[in-house]
Amino acid sequence: MRNSKKAPEINSSSMADIAFLLLIFFLVTTQFASDKGILIQLPPKLDEKPPELEIPDYQILTVLINSYDNLLVNNDPMKEVTDLTQKVKDHVLNNGVDPTLSTAPDKAIVSIKSDRGTTYEMYLSVLDAVDQAYNELYADKLGITPAEFRELDNSSEEYQKAKEGMPKQVSIAEPTDIGG
Amino acid sequence: MSKFKKKSAASQDIPTSALPDIIFMLLFFFMVTTVMREQTILVEQDIPKATQLRKLERKSLISYIYIGKPKEKGFGEEPRIQVNDVFISPSDLIRFVQTEKDKLSEAERNQITMALKVDDEAKMGIVTDVQLELRKANALKIMYNAIQGVVVEE
Repeated sequence: MRNSKKAPEINSSSMADIAFLLLIFFLVTTQFASDKGILIQLPPKLDEKPPELEIPDYQILTVLINSYDNLLVNNDPMKEVTDLTQKVKDHVLNNGVDPTLSTAPDKAIVSIKSDRGTTYEMYLSVLDAVDQAYNELYADKLGITPAEFRELDNSSEEYQKAKEGMPKQVSIAEPTDIGG
Repeated sequence: MSKFKKKSAASQDIPTSALPDIIFMLLFFFMVTTVMREQTILVEQDIPKATQLRKLERKSLISYIYIGKPKEKGFGEEPRIQVNDVFISPSDLIRFVQTEKDKLSEAERNQITMALKVDDEAKMGIVTDVQLELRKANALKIMYNAIQGVVVEE
């Protein structure tokens, strides 16, 4: 009878520990989906051959990647992919100074052509380098950092403003069939 | 002085009875937000790194295509294409895109984005084959999945 005076208590001090264990389990197993990447738009399917466009060579910066992952930019070999960013910037902002590069930012085209044997990693780093060049140019134009620019929504006003007069024209040609 | 002495007699324990509740709240948060993986990935996925990544806002519009060397030996060494839980050949992709498009409402169908999760050792040949089929299936938005980071030369 003496015991009944006091309400019986369950020792719950270890409850926190149990909860912690579960928490840590979920923390460790959670994988936040990494839905980040490089966005491109494929050309629509055409049944007949597209009309031949008359674009002078100097408007196009041709980037060729062979099956050994070597780069050829406007017929000059390039050792590092990282140099491509500067080259693309020079090409877009050339405004007719160098006769081998574009005459105006809105006419500049970057053409990327790979081989079937090119590794995907190399292809992606080339795309990345070209993207970097354009993102930096756009960010400069808006006066923000490239990282801030990448956070912008496609439909936002600023994004459209940046693209105006300097559209990103990247042509991804179908690969050649030489390497395996 | 006597005043101070009286105060010091008060208990200095921090009540910890609410601690489990706090932890449980965190636990529930993680339990609710965790999305268990629906698919077993049958191919090697060593996603390449890139710096200029962009995020996609609408997850419901994304369909995944995995490309890489099969993990199991029996399927050979060459990179294969996996969607849902099976290996497919490029010619089956049109049907896959069609079923994925049917899951969306009519207005959203042309906004479907195909996320290509490609192993970095895969060659461009297979990627091109996939892209060609996607063009035929009229799924023109492509995302090359990548991890944020600077590529280190080996």
